[in-house]
Amino acid sequence: MLEIIDLHAKIADTDTEIIRGLNLTVKAGEVAAIMGPNGSGKSTLSYILSGREDYEVTSGDIRYNGESILELDASERAAKGIFLAFQYPVEIPGVATMQFLKVAMNEQRKARGEAELTTPEFIRTVKEGAAKLKIDPDMLKRPLNVGFSGGEKKRAEILQMALLEPKLCVLDETDSGLDIDALKIVSDGVNALRSPDRAFVVITHYQRLLEHIVPDTVHVLYKGQIIRTGGKELALELEANGYADVIGEAAE
Amino acid sequence: MTIQSNTRQTAAETALVEAYTTQLSDLPGDPDVLTLRDRLLDDLKTAGLPTRRIESWHYTDLKTLLKDIPAFDAKKGAKALSPFVGGATVLSVLQGKANETRQDAFTATRYSESLTDGSAAARLDAVAADDAIGRINAAFVRDGFTLEIPADAEIEAPIEIQSIHTGGQVHTRFPVTIGAGARVTIIERHIAGEGDAAFVSSISDVVIGAGADVTWIVLQQQGAADTFLGQIRVDLGADAKLKLFDVNAGGKLVRQELRIDASGEGAELTLRGVNLIGGEQHNDVTLVLGHNVPNTSSTDVFRYVLFDRGRGVFQGMIRVAPDAQKTDAKMACNTLLLSDDADFAAKPELEIFADDVVCGHGATVADIDDNHLYYLRARGIPENKARAMLVNAFVAEVVEELEDEPLVEALEEVISNWLEKHA
Ligand SMILES: Nc1ncnc2c1ncn2[C@@H]1O[C@H](COP(=O)(O)OP(=O)(O)O)[C@@H](O)[C@H]1O
Ligand SMILES: [Mg+2]
Repeated sequence: MLEIIDLHAKIADTDTEIIRGLNLTVKAGEVAAIMGPNGSGKSTLSYILSGREDYEVTSGDIRYNGESILELDASERAAKGIFLAFQYPVEIPGVATMQFLKVAMNEQRKARGEAELTTPEFIRTVKEGAAKLKIDPDMLKRPLNVGFSGGEKKRAEILQMALLEPKLCVLDETDSGLDIDALKIVSDGVNALRSPDRAFVVITHYQRLLEHIVPDTVHVLYKGQIIRTGGKELALELEANGYADVIGEAAE
Repeated sequence: MTIQSNTRQTAAETALVEAYTTQLSDLPGDPDVLTLRDRLLDDLKTAGLPTRRIESWHYTDLKTLLKDIPAFDAKKGAKALSPFVGGATVLSVLQGKANETRQDAFTATRYSESLTDGSAAARLDAVAADDAIGRINAAFVRDGFTLEIPADAEIEAPIEIQSIHTGGQVHTRFPVTIGAGARVTIIERHIAGEGDAAFVSSISDVVIGAGADVTWIVLQQQGAADTFLGQIRVDLGADAKLKLFDVNAGGKLVRQELRIDASGEGAELTLRGVNLIGGEQHNDVTLVLGHNVPNTSSTDVFRYVLFDRGRGVFQGMIRVAPDAQKTDAKMACNTLLLSDDADFAAKPELEIFADDVVCGHGATVADIDDNHLYYLRARGIPENKARAMLVNAFVAEVVEELEDEPLVEALEEVISNWLEKHA
């Protein structure tokens, strides 16, 4: 489903290269965990997948269902089913959460040539989705993410993911800022979406999340490259020994 | 106003003087009113239209900006529109002429009657040396409504003053007295129908009694070639509450003056402004707010959105009188500048003569936040649509403070229609 081939990318305004020859393949139905120390380029990778224009791909390719997506802008990628749950969702004053959800769902439908949702359909879908994630309906009456606690923001991201039904879900540090109960709710929300035709890229630097969302593969990202790939036991190894060993091996 | 005898009369100045001569025979007024009109026109003739050399007109050099003045045309007609919000009581002013109306809950008489019987003379004069709008309006005003809201009246249905024209000249005035303890919502709507260029002046002269609770909306939607010179004068009594929302979404050359005095202790002003400016529009909102007695409060928030070659001006002067202790006054002006060719000037000022006060002001000018734009696009919303949503949000934030659902919805529709045409 996702193939990243020898990807190099830099900050658009400067010549600072952050992704330096990254290779990664994720199959449909797979949950791939990406781990790595702070500053290794995990968030940057997620932004580049989503089409953020602050970064420029200088060489290599990103293929999604066999086609390069480098020429697509962020909204086109989203409409094709790529979703990024942000590490730090922004607050947007003045944009009502419900209105935002409706526009996003319908714009994606339009882009795919599907009929728009009617208002009752929309409201029912949102209410059901919110209930599953234990989101207080009053929260949805507020402007988008404004005044949401850290945990509420993360839950709202997962709600958006559930409503938009993407095919490739990228989760950037979804566990940060969540207490144990919230972590459980959010993980259950993610697990409920697992299906043979949907893939997940779960970025985290704690093993904790991976106890709830059990990955098929684990990849270590360091200085803009995947330096080690393994099964779920790799996460345990990292938890026990830290990154130093893996980094040391890669440097040899 | 300083005398500028050395400058030649502009086409607009000549047209104003000529307009007065031609209209004189049918301008309503008793001898007192007519004498006052003559004097105000003379003042106008000697001083000329205000230029940038007059401080309060520095960013709106009327003498240069006002190119010409369409003639008054008694034959032009205009049709009333349906009310801005359902259930509102509409008071129509068509082509500057007020329609006779009969109301139970309050009184509404045609302003022309008070000109004819001379009772208008007492408050007709200009209120300050730089009050060019007051002069022009007093010289030419023909009609409007005098409203009296009785003390303690609870008026549920909004009162909508609907002034609509199809070009030419329109000069209206609305003296409004709101009795102590009354509660009322007034919508002052200035709107152009299909037609030619217009020169419009309008003054609302509002006295709000002790403890009254008033919501006042000014909605300006003049035509793309129109000049609008508006003025709201407010005297706010003890413990009176005023929510004043000023929305500008039209006109070519717009100057809107807000001259507000908090003159009773405990008076509370909530002032919000939305200015949508595009094309070649010039839109100036000038606020002069006096906190004249102790224990009054005000919050003023103005939002400007500028497209194309639009020019926005905000001048905000807050004066706190020497004994007006415990004044709490906050003013903010935020601008979204969406075009390199657009231009914005802000001049917030505080003149504080009391020592125990909380006063502040702030002004920001920015473009759309890229992080916001990216977030919306990452959810599948195409760039154009995402931009429109964010511009809308920038002003919606202010409109929503009205906390009156039908009004908020109606205003948001005006705003999104405007944005659809200009963005
Ligand atoms: N827009 C940017 N401007 C400057 N530096 C950036 C920018 N984006 C990322 N970086 C830098 O790139 C490196 C990787 O950052 P990031 O992708 O956030 O790492 P991670 O998510 O793995 O902690 C860091 O050193 C960070 O400071
Ligand atoms: Mg990160």
